[in-house]
Amino acid sequence: MFYIYCPYCGEHREEEEFHPKGQAHLSRPTDPDACSDEEWGDYLYFRDNPRGLHHEIWVHAIGCRKFFNATRDTQSYEILETYRMGDAPRVTHFTDTQKS
Amino acid sequence: MTQPNRLDNGGRIDRSKHLTFEFNGRRYKGFSGDTLASALLANGVDVIGRSFKYSRPRGIVAAGAEEPNAVFQLGATEATQVPNVRATQQELFNGLVSQPTSGWPNLQFDFLGVFGSILGRMLPPGFYYKTFMFPQAAWETYEKYIRKAAGLGRSPRDPDVDTYDHLNQHTDVLIVGAGPAGLSAALSAARSGARVILADEQAEMGGALLDSRETLNGKPASNWVRDALKELSGYDNVLLLPRATVNGYHDHNFLTIHERRTDHLGDRAPANQSRQRLHRVRAKWVILATGAHERPLVYGNNDLPGCMLASAVSTYINRYAVAPGRRLVLMTTNDNAYRAAFDWQDAGREVVAIVDTRAYADGAWQDEANRRGIKLLKGHAVIDAQGKMRVTGAVVAGLNTDGTQLTGKGEVLNCDTLASSGGWSPAVHLSCHTGSRPVWDDDVIGFVPGKTVQKQLTAGAVTGCFSLADCLADGARIGAEAATNAGFNAEPAAAPSVRCRPETRPMALFCVPHYKPNSRAPKQFVDFQTDVTAAGIELATREGFESIEHVKRYTAMGFGTDQGKLGNINGMAVAAKSLNQSIPETGTTIFRPNYTPVTFGAIAGRHCNDLFEPKRYSAMHEWHVEHGALFEEVGQWKRPWYFPKPNESMQQALDRECLATRNSVGILDASTLGKIDIQGKDAREFIGRIYTNAWAKLAVGKCRYGLMCKEDGMVFDDGVTSCLAEDHFLMTTTTGGAAGVLEWLEFYHQTEWPELEVYMNTVTDHWATMTIAGPNARKLLSELTDDIDLDRDNFKFMDWRQGTVAGVPARVFRISFTGELSYEINVQANYGLHVWEKLFEHGAKYDLTPYGTETMHILRAEKGFIIAGQDTDGSVHPYDLGMSWAVKEDKPFSFIGKRGMKREDCVRDNRKQLVGLKTKDPSIVLPEGAQAVDNPNHPKPVPMLGHVTSSYYSANLGRSIAMGVIKNGHKRMGETVHYPLVDGRVVEAEICSTIFLDPKGERQNV
Ligand SMILES: [Zn+2]
Repeated sequence: MFYIYCPYCGEHREEEEFHPKGQAHLSRPTDPDACSDEEWGDYLYFRDNPRGLHHEIWVHAIGCRKFFNATRDTQSYEILETYRMGDAPRVTHFTDTQKS
Repeated sequence: MTQPNRLDNGGRIDRSKHLTFEFNGRRYKGFSGDTLASALLANGVDVIGRSFKYSRPRGIVAAGAEEPNAVFQLGATEATQVPNVRATQQELFNGLVSQPTSGWPNLQFDFLGVFGSILGRMLPPGFYYKTFMFPQAAWETYEKYIRKAAGLGRSPRDPDVDTYDHLNQHTDVLIVGAGPAGLSAALSAARSGARVILADEQAEMGGALLDSRETLNGKPASNWVRDALKELSGYDNVLLLPRATVNGYHDHNFLTIHERRTDHLGDRAPANQSRQRLHRVRAKWVILATGAHERPLVYGNNDLPGCMLASAVSTYINRYAVAPGRRLVLMTTNDNAYRAAFDWQDAGREVVAIVDTRAYADGAWQDEANRRGIKLLKGHAVIDAQGKMRVTGAVVAGLNTDGTQLTGKGEVLNCDTLASSGGWSPAVHLSCHTGSRPVWDDDVIGFVPGKTVQKQLTAGAVTGCFSLADCLADGARIGAEAATNAGFNAEPAAAPSVRCRPETRPMALFCVPHYKPNSRAPKQFVDFQTDVTAAGIELATREGFESIEHVKRYTAMGFGTDQGKLGNINGMAVAAKSLNQSIPETGTTIFRPNYTPVTFGAIAGRHCNDLFEPKRYSAMHEWHVEHGALFEEVGQWKRPWYFPKPNESMQQALDRECLATRNSVGILDASTLGKIDIQGKDAREFIGRIYTNAWAKLAVGKCRYGLMCKEDGMVFDDGVTSCLAEDHFLMTTTTGGAAGVLEWLEFYHQTEWPELEVYMNTVTDHWATMTIAGPNARKLLSELTDDIDLDRDNFKFMDWRQGTVAGVPARVFRISFTGELSYEINVQANYGLHVWEKLFEHGAKYDLTPYGTETMHILRAEKGFIIAGQDTDGSVHPYDLGMSWAVKEDKPFSFIGKRGMKREDCVRDNRKQLVGLKTKDPSIVLPEGAQAVDNPNHPKPVPMLGHVTSSYYSANLGRSIAMGVIKNGHKRMGETVHYPLVDGRVVEAEICSTIFLDPKGERQNV
């Protein structure tokens, strides 16, 4: 069970308080009607499934109800950072010591 | 009754406390301080079970968690049955009742044994796959008998009488194991002031020190243990948890500890005590001081009762004063195991020989053996055990220096106990749980914990350090390191002095060679619990299973309740040899939670019965109960289902409720509908983006129905939203969808449109909502309000008004889910019952009739109103529902779902569309879920057109009505489809409009 730092509450809380909401940094196309079926299908259904670093959205569902981002290693399940919606991740690649 | 194997002196048992217990229907005696295993051995009980596949007699092998055979069913009553209890870990108590779980129908004569030779051939490795899996149906028949014969235990049929607790713990340092390393670590960490939890699976802390022959600071090791525990228990910052197994090591240093608080006291817990606790621990740092398990050697008939681990022999003698036999042969690859022979001799029993596989063994231990006059056969090995129900002899032969071949002829040594030691395997189990793979170490001759991302340290034998002095020093150092890492100022505790005896290097030997190839030699067991032999593993590799993971699955090695604690390394060694490669090349061994079986009681804790799930009640719940309502659960809410009168059938009650509502007035408790309060200057814009229809012009005081879709264009919720003020709206959702919709709204606001100034919150519980519906609804309401103008032209359909109802502030919405004249009265929840009762006071003359969810469903179906989640299933868009009127395509913002429902698949022909269905025979109510076909006589498979989504008997219409999806249904009005039912009937139905009653909507516009 994860131990997750909510960047809004400023505390580590148990995973039971959170819901995962999938891949982060995807934005809704600004003009959906101009998208081809294929482009819309990509937005709807296609997600990265990396072995390693993954930026993902979580919501502090039983807490402040804020959505935020986390950078997680999908192999070790280590959460390397959490950051507020709209912020850019600081961890975008493994340093040598983090490689699992 | 005598205990033939009990020694006159010694042990950590209390001889003044006699205990009586039962095993396999017979009564025995033991002492306080015994385990069930030590007591059985004391009583000379050799055969304690039958093996899984070959039904061979089995005895106790080990003295701890690694025991594969003595796994019993415990419990004196049906309600207190506990399966899969290791006798080696169960403390004896007076009146304990135990049964072997294997060996059905009994230990002496049994099912598989009778068919031994036949089944033996039927049960090669992979027999599950080869013999029983096909045909599938046959497996279901076999499975019962296999499970029963295999000895997997059974669950109780009566409810558990005991209670179990969960405790959440936070700690700076969690130390797993209170042996020499763990205790030393605890002293270092505790002295720094760090919060420390020290957990150990045994009743007494001390681990190997409790049966050690060593002295610490010149005194018996147990004295040092006693002093250490005394010091630790004096600290407020230390929690000592004996009888507590750390069973799981999960992500981010979350560990679960299974503490057995009363299992040593009796069959059930004393009054007002919880039987077990599950500690859920979040630890800043974890120290694994889990020790090591001795590895038995693999040789012919090594599963005969009387074959034991060398260390277990020492433990039984020193801790329990039990010598489990008379004449011992010890086979070993290392010096450490000599202890067993010396303990045996000191207990006054005969050591027939020490068979040391090392020709080069020549040091202090061998000197002592010689001094003691023990026959020492160096460069030898036991190749076979002899005997039927108990060892009677050991066949010993010379062994070449690399342990691959026998030299010379075998010699038989008469003995009744055959102890073996192939060295020690570090107990890496917990370190594996978080995905860290153990690494082979040639010096250790075993796997040690691998690299981890957890905040985890290891100390003592788990690291492959087997000398007592090193374990003590290592523990002290690591304890200080963990406390320092957790932010404390810690120094390693001074380690006690140990008299060290140098050891000759051990030999890497796992399976003793035989004169015959393994496939023809007497069975050499690798995994006792799953009956996997060396020959079986070799067969698996010959059949092409080269990955150890595949070998394990094919042979079932390691798949018992013991997870192969004893056998896995030996099995890997056999596979490696057979594949002609090294052990690390063959793979690694991975253990998964839990370390030992955990009771369901401990897992469930208090989360059972009434506390299994939260229950939600409306403010009028007590009234419903008093008036005989039956309830259904909707999204944790207890909703009245219907209100039967005495002697009324369900259908009679529904008919009465439906007719009363349409003919006079009915009332529904609608409090459970989700309510979301939405405010802010951009609230209107936000709602317009979320719903598919138009919201730009909805005036204050007006309500509107809306459909909500996901981005794929499929309907997922619906409800009425009212404009309370220019910047204030109240959205209603389905009862079950409320939480999901709120999260969905927040998701879009926070991640996509943070620029919109909008705030939302749930107000579901704040309001009690009661819907009065029917031609007399206005008359009834007018008696309870004098400040709301109910005139049909001043308070129109889809208007809402603020005012007073029954003397309390209320919002009244003129909306209708029945098609009747209908008002939804919302008051503060704590006024709910008052207003409800006032309505009944005044409603009596109108025969005001309470109805529940079932009548609500029927009334709305008569009008063709959908229920999201019943008539939709995530694959239905608004056009499929015939609700194009609820989609406003030309809104400036491309609302959620708009692009989705324009996808090629969403605009194609032949989609399943929602239609009404009238059975030809009006008395037949179609089952929901029934599939429509055009031609029931079509050869199978019959093309299916869609299913029935809602189906009821309508008393108002005097016939059955249904809705369902039919391919291209909107263009098939008037056509007939067929519903073949499970019972063989085929029901004909005509496709029709979903609106069965009052298609012009006149009833609500009065
Ligand atoms: Zn938060």
